[in-house]
Amino acid sequence: MMSGWSVIRIATILVYLFLFAPVAVVILLAFNANQFGSFPIEGFSFRWFEALWNNDAIVRAFKTSLLLGVLTAAISTTLGTLAALAMVRYDFPGKRTISTLLVAPILIPEVVLAVALLLFLQFLAMPKSFGLLLMGHVVFTLPFVVLVVQARLVSIRRDVEEAAMSLGATPVQTFFEVTLPLMLPAVMAGMLFAFTISFDDITGTLFWKPGGVETVPTQIFAMLRNSISPEINALGAVMVIFTIALPLVAASIARVMAMRKAGASK
Amino acid sequence: MAADVAGARRTPWVLLSPSLATISLLLIVPMLFIVVYSFWLRTATGADQVGFYLDNWIEVLGDRFYRDILFQTFLIAFYTTVICALVGYIPAYFVANTRMKSKAFLLLLLMLPFWISYIIRTMSWINILGTSGALNTLLISMGIIDDPIQMLYNQQTVVLGLVHYLLPFMILNVYVSLDGIDKNLTEAAQSLGCTGFQAFREVTLPLSLPGLAAGSLLCFVLAAGTYITPIVLGGPRDAMFANLVFEAIVTQLNWPLGSALSLVLLALLGALVVIYTRYLGIDQIAKSFK
Repeated sequence: MMSGWSVIRIATILVYLFLFAPVAVVILLAFNANQFGSFPIEGFSFRWFEALWNNDAIVRAFKTSLLLGVLTAAISTTLGTLAALAMVRYDFPGKRTISTLLVAPILIPEVVLAVALLLFLQFLAMPKSFGLLLMGHVVFTLPFVVLVVQARLVSIRRDVEEAAMSLGATPVQTFFEVTLPLMLPAVMAGMLFAFTISFDDITGTLFWKPGGVETVPTQIFAMLRNSISPEINALGAVMVIFTIALPLVAASIARVMAMRKAGASK
Repeated sequence: MAADVAGARRTPWVLLSPSLATISLLLIVPMLFIVVYSFWLRTATGADQVGFYLDNWIEVLGDRFYRDILFQTFLIAFYTTVICALVGYIPAYFVANTRMKSKAFLLLLLMLPFWISYIIRTMSWINILGTSGALNTLLISMGIIDDPIQMLYNQQTVVLGLVHYLLPFMILNVYVSLDGIDKNLTEAAQSLGCTGFQAFREVTLPLSLPGLAAGSLLCFVLAAGTYITPIVLGGPRDAMFANLVFEAIVTQLNWPLGSALSLVLLALLGALVVIYTRYLGIDQIAKSFK
């Protein structure tokens, strides 16, 4: 008879398989030479990636998603970092309420948030636009940035800042010379998080996007509804590789930077 | 000195003001607006009639059609949550208790699905269960069936897609609370005569309930608010409540009705969140970000 622990281990492997096998199949099929892009696997080919590259709609969607993601990350990281600083470094009346307010966008179902923002701006006679998409993505990603930056900020010690101030640095100088460099990993993590959430979002985006504008997820969605085209798997594979490679590259850059810094201080 | 103190008192508000302004203008005010909007009326000409009409609310709350879909939505969310809890507890327990060096790697793998787009993870099941998908191809090549079976586009595949999407949320939340349990406690229980399973039931399981509750809340709320999964993996009769909202707003352009529908969804899911925070606090969910 198997011990309880080996049963748990096997079950864990099965759950991991369940999580990753379907995505692995997407990537596998993306390289399939079969003319319908489905099973059986008939050989290795880049033809679907070529088809993607030559598909103007998809290239345009990719550019829209990138721009949207970068702008969202920049704005919501700036706002979120400032808020996280206030929450971690200061005590003030009504802090609990503010803390709830800051995470409110994730407590409210995204569909409801999407409807409210869309209808309010339509009422103000602002048509659906890229700006609306950007506003929506900023509101929706803001709480994640606040939570991520806040969690890492707690571990930064205050004495270093106090030392800088006692040596005559102004609060603003202290922030840019001491606090910000120490916070940088947290800020980068928040930015990456915001970018990925924006890049992958579909629930709100389908409400907010103007006709004719597609992001990569809405483009995939539209392609799924029209017909199952084999390019979808290739596009999926590109998305997966892109969104997974990004944090890995960022993590290794951070490691190299940390090593250099450690080397310099020796 | 007094000015200094006043300045220090103002600093947090200066830091908070951009975020609070954003959330107020783009979330709080719009939410209040749709409350008002739900009492207006969309006329046949497509213009809004401003006023205090209960028509939308009577339609939403009185019509059996909406109630049935609401019930179906909650049922799907419930199945999803229960399956996530049952299936997710095991890997969370394994990762929290393993002495393998690969623990960090297993954790990293758990984070990975969060980076993979929801729409891709959802549509990936078409490759597995579709008529020309992996499973049908396998069954045909093994000679078990002659013609492909349509396994997609029913309520089960909607639940399957949602479980696949939400399982990492559950595993991570349960892991966080399991990992925080002092290992000496289970050892103490065992030295006092508990069997391994008794120690789990009496010590580990109760201590992991906050994580299980946080994970369940997330799974339920996210499942009940989705409209993409039923469109991609469900059949024509598997619409969920958020699909009605999407139809009303984007397709029919009946915005006052859409407002009322989204408020119903918000009220029901909001009530869950409020009950939860009353008993367990919002901090538990924030923990998984650390």
